[in-house]
Amino acid sequence: MNSPKRTIIPFGPQHPVLPEPIHLDLVVEDEKVIEAIPSLGFIHRGLERLVEKRDFIDFVYVAERICGICSFIHGLTYCIAIEEIMQIEVPKRANYLRLIWSELSRIHSHLLWLGLMADGFGFEALFMHTWRLREKILDIIEETTGGRIIFGSAKIGGVRKDISSEKLAQILEKLKNYAQEIREITNVFINDSSVKHRLVGVGVLSKEDAYILGAVGPTLRASGVGLDTRKLGYAAYKEIDFEPIIETAGDSYSRCLVRIREIFQSIEIIKQAAGKIEPGAIEVKVTGTPNGEFFARTEQPRGEVIYYAKADGSRFLQRLRVRTPTFANVPAMVKLLPGCQLADVPILVLTIDPCISCTER
Amino acid sequence: MIEEQKVINIEIKDLLSQTRDFFNSGHRLVQIGCTKLPECLEINYSFDKEHHFINLKIKLVDLNVEVPSVSNIYWCAFLYENEIHDLFGVKFKDIALDYKGNFYRTSVKRGFNPQNEQP
Repeated sequence: MNSPKRTIIPFGPQHPVLPEPIHLDLVVEDEKVIEAIPSLGFIHRGLERLVEKRDFIDFVYVAERICGICSFIHGLTYCIAIEEIMQIEVPKRANYLRLIWSELSRIHSHLLWLGLMADGFGFEALFMHTWRLREKILDIIEETTGGRIIFGSAKIGGVRKDISSEKLAQILEKLKNYAQEIREITNVFINDSSVKHRLVGVGVLSKEDAYILGAVGPTLRASGVGLDTRKLGYAAYKEIDFEPIIETAGDSYSRCLVRIREIFQSIEIIKQAAGKIEPGAIEVKVTGTPNGEFFARTEQPRGEVIYYAKADGSRFLQRLRVRTPTFANVPAMVKLLPGCQLADVPILVLTIDPCISCTER
Repeated sequence: MIEEQKVINIEIKDLLSQTRDFFNSGHRLVQIGCTKLPECLEINYSFDKEHHFINLKIKLVDLNVEVPSVSNIYWCAFLYENEIHDLFGVKFKDIALDYKGNFYRTSVKRGFNPQNEQP
């Protein structure tokens, strides 16, 4: 008996579900995917090398521009790396502000993903409503930082901007109503039969595979591994009561549920932070230059990001190395594709929430 | 200090056995990264278990020396090793998925070590 004929189908780098370029060579038998080989590097920018020419204080502006979705956390993680090397103690208020902006970033990123997901499986009305809600978070970010995408508020030694107690009260009031609005939309993702038909049981990643393949963020937690870098306690997370959101099925639906639950968790974390933040300084003066090395780790919406900084006492770092969550999630994505139907590939690629802009730093 | 970070300097010959030990003890591979210094290239292998971060560091003074790939222990390492090969010119032996210099399509080959300089 002849073995089934295998065909290689190129997926990307240009594809309707991919806002940014990534390529997969899909080995298929009929409509079933047997193997997937990834290709990255279409737009690698080499931003890491700019540290050799940019003063370490100024480089935070470059770090924030590595990605347009999680820009604040990129800047924050860079600042943490330098602050740890220089043993700078950041004021408590600045740490709370960092936390609030990080969680606002997470909410808008997860809503962006939900919209892209709805668009991916052809539910255009859901896509538009999700992004309509995301705009409200961007409005809050704009009111507090002046920017909608690039916040410009992270700096070494603290933050550049403060949020007044009146403004914080307004934000909390907005978030109270906002949670109800989001629930109406996310209930569609959770309960609609056509959505579940595309996600439940599709692209299962086991707990063991997710862990050993180095997956991070919602991709990892949807497979039952409770790793969340926020538990390290950076910024003000050590003073916040929360537990990582976990699902156990490991399928596309679980990855969706984790992100939905994290939106509500982020709102609760912001409420907690608003109740604990105290008046005080928002920055300390930075003197001297860094000498040493540190691996700063934070939790971006897509998972753990690493900033490795190495300095020799000059104003220019010897090395900055950024390991982004999408880079860490690529092996998991490649492993969950075999066995799926060709038509499910775009959805499965989306479920790791790929950010190629970060990855091609 | 947010977390204690242990850095262990090892010889290249001990890399595979040490990595296998981490694998067997349930650590995950967090990242592999390379740094160009005046006297050598440093390669950091970072592992984590329950938020305990450990880093193995090897120094490469001769770019003709092949570094054994850890991708047959941690499959996901193939991404990092191909990246380091393409950006720094480091040679890895037996990568599970070897792109042979085509991982990054950059206009400048070995952009982080453009002249492919010996450290």
